[in-house]
Amino acid sequence: MTTTLPNLLDNKGTPLDKQLFTWKEMAGKPISKLDDDAFTRVRVILMNGVESDALRLKHFGARFHKELQAPLALVRRAEQHQMTMVNWMLSADHSPLETTVAYEQVAIEVTAAVAQTEPDPYQAQTYRFGLLEDFDHLYRYSAMLDRLEGKDANNILQGYTDIVPGRPTSEHHRAPSDDLRDNYQKDSAALITKIHAALITGAEYQTHDYYMNIGPTFADPVARALYAEIASVEEQHVTQYGSLQDPSETFMEKWLVHEAMEVYTYASCAEQEENPRIKAMWERFLDYELGHFNLACELFKKHERRDPAEILSGDLPTMIAFKSQRDFVRETLSREVDLRAHGIDYVSKENESRASLEYRSQLNVDGVPAMAVSAGYTWKPGTELNRKA
Amino acid sequence: MNTPELKLGMNRTGAQMSPLDTEKQLEATRLFPADVTADGVQLLEERQQAIIDADTVGSVPVPGSVKGMLKSALDKLRGNHPEVLVDKLGERLAFERTGVRLYDAMIVKASAAPGGNLELAETLRQIQREELEHMELVRHAIETLGADPTSMTPCADVAGVKATGVLQVLTDPRTTVSQCLNALLTIELEDNDAWELLIELTRHAGHPLIAKEFQHALEQEEKHLSIVREQLHANLMAQVS
Repeated sequence: MTTTLPNLLDNKGTPLDKQLFTWKEMAGKPISKLDDDAFTRVRVILMNGVESDALRLKHFGARFHKELQAPLALVRRAEQHQMTMVNWMLSADHSPLETTVAYEQVAIEVTAAVAQTEPDPYQAQTYRFGLLEDFDHLYRYSAMLDRLEGKDANNILQGYTDIVPGRPTSEHHRAPSDDLRDNYQKDSAALITKIHAALITGAEYQTHDYYMNIGPTFADPVARALYAEIASVEEQHVTQYGSLQDPSETFMEKWLVHEAMEVYTYASCAEQEENPRIKAMWERFLDYELGHFNLACELFKKHERRDPAEILSGDLPTMIAFKSQRDFVRETLSREVDLRAHGIDYVSKENESRASLEYRSQLNVDGVPAMAVSAGYTWKPGTELNRKA
Repeated sequence: MNTPELKLGMNRTGAQMSPLDTEKQLEATRLFPADVTADGVQLLEERQQAIIDADTVGSVPVPGSVKGMLKSALDKLRGNHPEVLVDKLGERLAFERTGVRLYDAMIVKASAAPGGNLELAETLRQIQREELEHMELVRHAIETLGADPTSMTPCADVAGVKATGVLQVLTDPRTTVSQCLNALLTIELEDNDAWELLIELTRHAGHPLIAKEFQHALEQEEKHLSIVREQLHANLMAQVS
């Protein structure tokens, strides 16, 4: 069992008919909120997002390709159960707001890692741009957690991530045309560029869906409003990251890239996981993904009559670094907090589009939840109520 | 039992687990301070405004039987506002019904978790049987007043929201017997006060016979509280002795 990827096509993985589950293992023992490392939870949330996007992509593909419906349904069934087993690792003592803080930690630490290994400068800039917004969401949600539940966000973050303002959430709201980005060119882009775009889009998509689901479960009117506000930004982020991909890719090409991304991210998880029980799960699912990947390659040859190597050429970089990216985030924050978007371009604050300014001023006219919740908020160990800190 | 239910271990949540990181986090708060002036008051003001604008969670259901409608109309004429009693009776019914389920979870915990024992499980079963009797008692009282015991009144709804935390604690396979007894204690503490208040409300509404039946339930609830208190005390003291 290897956790490196010298050659994706060499390893056949677990055949689909051997990818079996029971309800008991899918709803198995969760991780410990208190004792497991924060990055174990980061990986759990990330892979849940990856699997949910795997299902999403395949459902859309099935709507357009009758001939692929059966194999897509077959792969989706395994992925549904993988996703369940992964997501059910989150223990019930996480309040929805604590899980939210963990989601933002995923967005920050994984996007920062990706931004540093992304070879395409424009794509890397896009990751840094989005990163500063998720970084700000973490600050607003941390204030909410403290001021609503009386809990310290750092119990979740475990010291890896700073809790300070980024680009203010009140300024994230842009006209839709300013959320679109330039896409990579499928014939010239590096494989890792394609993988990054698929990965971060999937991660943001699940964050959006999570906020949309749990937002209305809050009683507190400010929390409800905050989730409404930030869920809207996450939808913008899905628009942004989704537009990084080349729209001229065929569905099969996108499927191949997605499977390669899944292999790469599971391999990254398996390589760095400290909890042996969870590591075994990552290794098992890495083998499952290789099975999916190989099936997709066979179907690609059959239906498109092309060599998958056309899509998947190029080396993969080192695995995704699941570690604190504090220094990179701070540097990005210092240099790029005032960047704004105008169409597909990044511009200075003064050159932001009139469309976005008007859009924002209308939305914010009755107040901004992110500001109401975080007014004067300074994080301290043990919450802002801890006068000793 | 003379060993603690929980052990020392690698709990990673505290600042002392990573003092260097904590120092960097504090440094960040100095480098990148709060960007919105004012303080948490804005949050409270937003809540205040929302309270002013809010609807209630819902209404007390109109009694379904003609007899009940007449009765509530008569009570209203006397200025008794029977909907208050109907709502609180609905709450009690929901609370006792959920209570039976909470004891389902607690009995399993007492039977299976370290620190539990069959004697404790049997004691809990007795309490559970009485909670079920109380539920029946309240159901009967609601029917006597012509109201609908299958409806969810506003106070019943809110009681359900309140119980979700206790339910999560009791049904989590990882929680200990003492953690669960502690959760049950909050239920029994409330239950005692609630029955007392309900008896007074029932009498005040002119239903002395129902109030008299409720008195017996209150006496049993006092015993439940005392048992749960003692069990929790004994469990924790055994852990440190």
